[in-house]
Parts: sequence; structure tokens; C-alpha cells
Amino acid sequence: MEVTISTAELLTTDGIPLKQSLRKAERRNKLRAFLLVFPLLLFIIVTFVMPIGDMLLRSVDDSQINSVFPNTFDEYKNWDKGADELPPEEVYKSLFFELANGDKRQIGKALTRMNYAKSGWKSLIKKTTREIKKIIKKGEEPVSYKDTFIKINKLWGDPTYWYSFNQMVNDRSSIYYWNALDRTFDEDGEVVLQDEKRRMYVKTWLRTFKVSIYVTIFCLILGFPVAHLLANLPLRYSNLLMIFVLLPFWTSLLVRTTAWIVMLQQNGVINGILVWLGVISDDGRIQMVYNEAGTLIAMTQILLPFMILPLYSVMRVIPKSHMRAAQNLGAKPAMAFWRVYLPQTIPGISAGGLLVFVLAIGYFITPELVGGKDGKLIGSWIAYHLKTTLNWGLCAALGGILLGIMLIFYWLYNKIVGIDNIKLG
Amino acid sequence: MNDTSQSFVKFEKIDKSYDGEVLVVKNLNLDIAKGEFVTMLGPSGSGKTTTLMMLAGFETPTNGEIFLDTKPISKIPPYEREIGMVFQNYALFPHMTVAENLSFPLEVRKISKPDIKEKVQKALDMVELGNFGTRFPAQLSGGQQQRVALARALVFEPRLVLMDEPLGALDKNLREQMQYEIKHIHDRIGITVVYVTHDQSEALTMSNRIAVFNDGVVQQLSTPDILYEKPENSFVAKFIGENNTLNGVVKEINGSSCEVELDGGFGTVKALKINVNEVGEKTQLSIRPERVSIDSSTSGSNNFSGKIEELIYLGDHIRARLDVCGNNEFIVKVPNEGSFSHKEGDQLNLSWDSEDVRALDI
Repeated sequence: MEVTISTAELLTTDGIPLKQSLRKAERRNKLRAFLLVFPLLLFIIVTFVMPIGDMLLRSVDDSQINSVFPNTFDEYKNWDKGADELPPEEVYKSLFFELANGDKRQIGKALTRMNYAKSGWKSLIKKTTREIKKIIKKGEEPVSYKDTFIKINKLWGDPTYWYSFNQMVNDRSSIYYWNALDRTFDEDGEVVLQDEKRRMYVKTWLRTFKVSIYVTIFCLILGFPVAHLLANLPLRYSNLLMIFVLLPFWTSLLVRTTAWIVMLQQNGVINGILVWLGVISDDGRIQMVYNEAGTLIAMTQILLPFMILPLYSVMRVIPKSHMRAAQNLGAKPAMAFWRVYLPQTIPGISAGGLLVFVLAIGYFITPELVGGKDGKLIGSWIAYHLKTTLNWGLCAALGGILLGIMLIFYWLYNKIVGIDNIKLG
Repeated sequence: MNDTSQSFVKFEKIDKSYDGEVLVVKNLNLDIAKGEFVTMLGPSGSGKTTTLMMLAGFETPTNGEIFLDTKPISKIPPYEREIGMVFQNYALFPHMTVAENLSFPLEVRKISKPDIKEKVQKALDMVELGNFGTRFPAQLSGGQQQRVALARALVFEPRLVLMDEPLGALDKNLREQMQYEIKHIHDRIGITVVYVTHDQSEALTMSNRIAVFNDGVVQQLSTPDILYEKPENSFVAKFIGENNTLNGVVKEINGSSCEVELDGGFGTVKALKINVNEVGEKTQLSIRPERVSIDSSTSGSNNFSGKIEELIYLGDHIRARLDVCGNNEFIVKVPNEGSFSHKEGDQLNLSWDSEDVRALDI
């Protein structure tokens, strides 16, 4: 009998190409799987991807002002700054009518934006608008719009105001990101440092990093022995210990934070005990809250479970025989720990470290409450601009930087440890 | 006072209790000579692993002393005992390659780099894994991991190697193959081995001597053949190999033999007096299945008959379960010579030599 081995497409017994048949058989399953994850997918898109996308767009968005003064900006682009000291007549004319006929609310928003570029814009335009409205009421048409403007307020003859338009003529602007790093644009559009009294973000960023790193280290130092105990104690003791770890976890964040205030304040529990013991004098009570120390202490305690749990889940599966084997092979207990036990806990250390760091860097409530003036983190600024100044562009830029930092850490982590090594329990 | 000078490892009056209420090891006295392969065999919970852990230094004896090379070792921490150990689940370090696992005991002994490399390669070659140095344990099969664990326990030239059920996780074929391999390595390098297992065939295959543990006590310490052929009590008889039992009462004692009247009035059996002392004592008779002859009316002094309850065809022999003298779990192994033509329900004539029946405790 002749055996033919076909190199062509494989067929099923019924003569249908195998791949097609397989696809058909799998289609139903794939569809079902997709339908099962679809609600989650939708949820993630609506609650995660869209808000973050919106935030990132907002952080570079500068279109509102362009929609308020479209003609003015068009004409502004024709201004040859080398030749003329002030913009051409058309710019003044466009601005005249756009101020006269524009929607008051939209103009108000645009003014806020203009004030970020150069302070003084808001009052200047408000005054000018009032005058322009009077002129229009009278029904006169100015001969020279430029002169009219300068007559209303001599600042219209100051080219530095006009220069600040430069950074607003595009629909996209990086101004918020630069502001978030204490920088701004000068008249020529170059990035320069902010005035000394307006530099606060870099300082806060650095403090945020410092606090996050310290909190991560403290959590590791405190959490490692606890996780080790949890993983190695007999079940009934470890269950009890686990409750101690989780109990604060289940308590309201606000309660825990205020509890720390009670503990740490100058007339608080700890200072009271120290005075009572005679360790410190009544005048020498230690300031432990409303500063960076308070932020560190409270955040370490609050974030500790996020370090303990991943560590515990890793330590639990390290066989006890490993330490024995290492000692049997001649290693002293310390050496056995260092060479055999510790390396095996690295997935837990890095998972816990990443988790604590990422949570710490965006932490808000605790530093806000116990941080005082020196203990505030970048989250406080975001909240401030979100609620008080309504500078959402800056909020978005601060948030965008935060997101970028997290992604960098995630990337580094993946590079060094490998994200598939992560163990969260 | 005793022969401490001759034994390499000596357990002297060792008691061990974890909770102060139950003794897991009771008055253990055991001598192991240099180069010997001694197996501790017993069911789980019999104290054999505890004994091994005391020798390794991970458990402290509650009473008594262990001597290694005539020196007491209770005060020596595990990392200074120079005892190699193969753990039940190998305990290979997953974050180190095979070569790094083997280098570890040498590195902590501060041996020079070139020497380490040479010794590691030699040890890997010994277990036929010469090319596997750069692999991680997770990339090896169970049998290969086993060999790495063995090589790691030997690479630093310990005075003694302990093995705690090292083959328990392997499948049957591999287990048998590894048994021979461990035995050959032992023969070749002549190191003293203390081996713990609950698998009697493993113990019989590998050991010079076997200590049968039960209930924290060594029941019998002997070579495999004596253990099998001359068990000294009914636990050993039942634990090692297959064993037929008949219960009865001692009727008469004549020197080293005795007559036992079977319970239920099935007659009397002539047996060797092993573990009985006086007339009227209850006893359990032990007969190995292969020592029972069938259809032989002449030979032997004990002649009985039994009904075939079940026949199992096993290729080289046929295993017959009989009802003999009230025991319906009586096993006879019939060599498959082609002449066996009985069916289930048939009566068989059985006989055995009185030298093959041992009267033991009950």
C-alpha cells in the first residue's frame, strides 16, 4: 500500500481544513470567555482608562483660551516681533470685538489661564472690558484700536504682556508640567525658574520621595520579622498574630490617623509618659506630629500590612528544611539566613516595597492631617489645586508626573526582579 | 565499660520527648560501625526520623548521649558536626544553580575557588550529572534533583551521611534504580550511611544492617537476611515481608522447640521457641508464604489442609489465599511451573517444616 504524506493543509476526516474546523470549534468558547470579561472590561474602560486619559489630555490642554480669542490669536501670529515693538492694529481690533461680544463666563475662565502666564492679566482685561462696553454703548467706532487700548490702560503698551500670549497660542501646552516643577516660560518662550517665593513643588516632590523611601525602608525593617514569625509560628499563634496585623487594616484610615495625633501630640500619650518617667522635662516635650516625623510614623504604621502580607505569602512557602540544610552543610545560622533564606524572600520584599512605595508616593489623607506644614506631600498640592484654585491643568500635570514616576518604577522593577515574580498573597 | 572504641556512631540510652508526656524514642542504644550502611526502618511515628534529626543536631536528646567517633556531640551545633544529609524533599536551594548548590558547603568552609570547582565537578560526575552544573533545580527531574541532593551531601567529604526517606517522592522504577545507585556509591566511597525509610524492600536492598523501629523502640537490629528469616517478634515478622500467622497456646516446650495448640481446635503445630517462655502462654506462629509446601503428603512434620479462597495470577508465581485453621488470609506462593491445576474452592494439602515456624509474642 502506498502511503502519501501530504505537505499541504491538514484536513479533518470530513475534508474541512483542520485550522478552519478548529477555529469554528473554539469560536463558541472564545465568545463565551469574552462575554464573561466584558463587564469588567467595560468597567475598567469607564472608571480607569477614560479618567486617566482625560487627565493626561487636560494636563496639556490649552484650547479653551484659543476658542475664546480665536481671531486675536490668528492675528497675533502675524506680528513680527523684531520689526514692531507692539502688535499690529488688527490684533487690538480683534481683541476689542472678542472682549465686547464674548461669553462672559468663558472669558472669565480664559482670564484665569492668562493669569498663569502672567499675573496682572485678569485685572487689566476686566477693567478694559468695562471701558470697551462703554465705548460700544456710545456707538463710536475708534479710529485706532491700539491707541484706544493704551488710552484705557497704559499697560497695553507694555510688550511683555503681549509676549505672554506666545505660550497660549497653541492648543497644546507644556506649561502645567513646567509649573509642576517650579518652572515657567519667560517672554521668549524659554523655560526659566519661577520666582523664589513661588517655588514649592520641587521641594514637595523631593520630600515626597524622601518620605516614601523612608516609609518603605521602615516598613521592611518592621515587617520582615513579623512576616517571618507569621510564617513560622504554629497555626493558632500565627492566626492570632495575623489578626493583629489585619485589625488596623480594617479600621478606618481616618480613625487611625487621628489616633496617631492623640498619641504623638505635645500633650499626647507618648509625651505624657516620657514626662511622667522623667525622661524629658515638661518644657522639653518633643514635637512629633504636624511635621515630617509625624508623617513618617503614621504612614509607616498604616502601610505596614502592605509589606507584611506579600512577605508572608512568600515566606510561607519557603520550606523549613532549607535553613536546616544550609546549617547541615556547614553554614552558621546568620550565613544560612543571608545566603539561603533572604534571597528566596526577594519576590516578597520587592512586591511589598513596590506596593508601599507606590501607595506612599500618592498618599494624601495622613500627611494632610499629621504632616502640618513640613510634612505635606504632593497629594496635598493636587487636592489644593483641585478644590481651591481650580487649576485643573496643574492638577493633571502633577498627577501625570506621579503616574510617570510609578510607571518608571514598575519598569525598573520588571527589569530587575521581573513582574512575574511578584507575589501578593 | 563497653565497645565505644569500635563503634563510629553510638547512641547511648537516648530518650526523646517533645512535650514531656510522650516518649517518641525510648532507651535507644545503637552502635554503627565505620563504613556501615544502617537503615532505620519503621512505620511513620515510630521515632526513626527523630533519631536521625538528633544525630544531625536539629533535635536535642532529652536523655542520653550520642557519640560520633567516640566524642559526645550533643553540645556541637549542626553546622560543626560535619554530617551530610539528604532531606526528604531534597531541600535544594531554588535560587542557586546546581553547581552553586554544591559549592555552598565548600564556600562556607572557605575552600579556594579552583578546589571548589574541581570538587563540584567530581561530585557531579559521580552522580552522572556532569553537564548539569548551570541548571537550576526547578529545571531538573525528580531523579536528577535527588542525585544533586546526594552529591551536595557528599561533596564536602562529611564523616557520615544521613538520608531521610530520600526516595519517597520518586516513582517506583526510578526509586529502584536510585536504590542501586546509592548502594553503589556507598560501596565505592565507603562512607558511613544512616538511612531512614518506611519501605522495607528499600531497606532490604541497600542495608548492611537494619534497625526496625516501632513505638520509639528498636525491635530488632540485624542484617536483612536474619531479619527476614529469623524475626524475633511478631512486629518484625509482620513488618518485613509477607507473613502468615496462626494463634495458639503453648502446650509443651522441648529445648529450642515447642508444641502449640491452635485456637479453635485445629490441632497442634511444632514450632521453634523464639519469644515464648512457659507452657500455657498465648503465642502467634509466623510462617513465610514461600516456606509452605502444597500437595506434599510426606515431607514436613506439620500437615494441614486449606480451602482456596482466591487465586491471583502474577506471572512468575500464583498467589493463593487460603482458609487454613480459621485464618482466611493465609497466603501461599505457588511457583508457576505449569502443573498447578486447582481452582478456587478446592482443598489443598499443606505442610511446613517445624524449623520454619516461629512461635512469637502476640
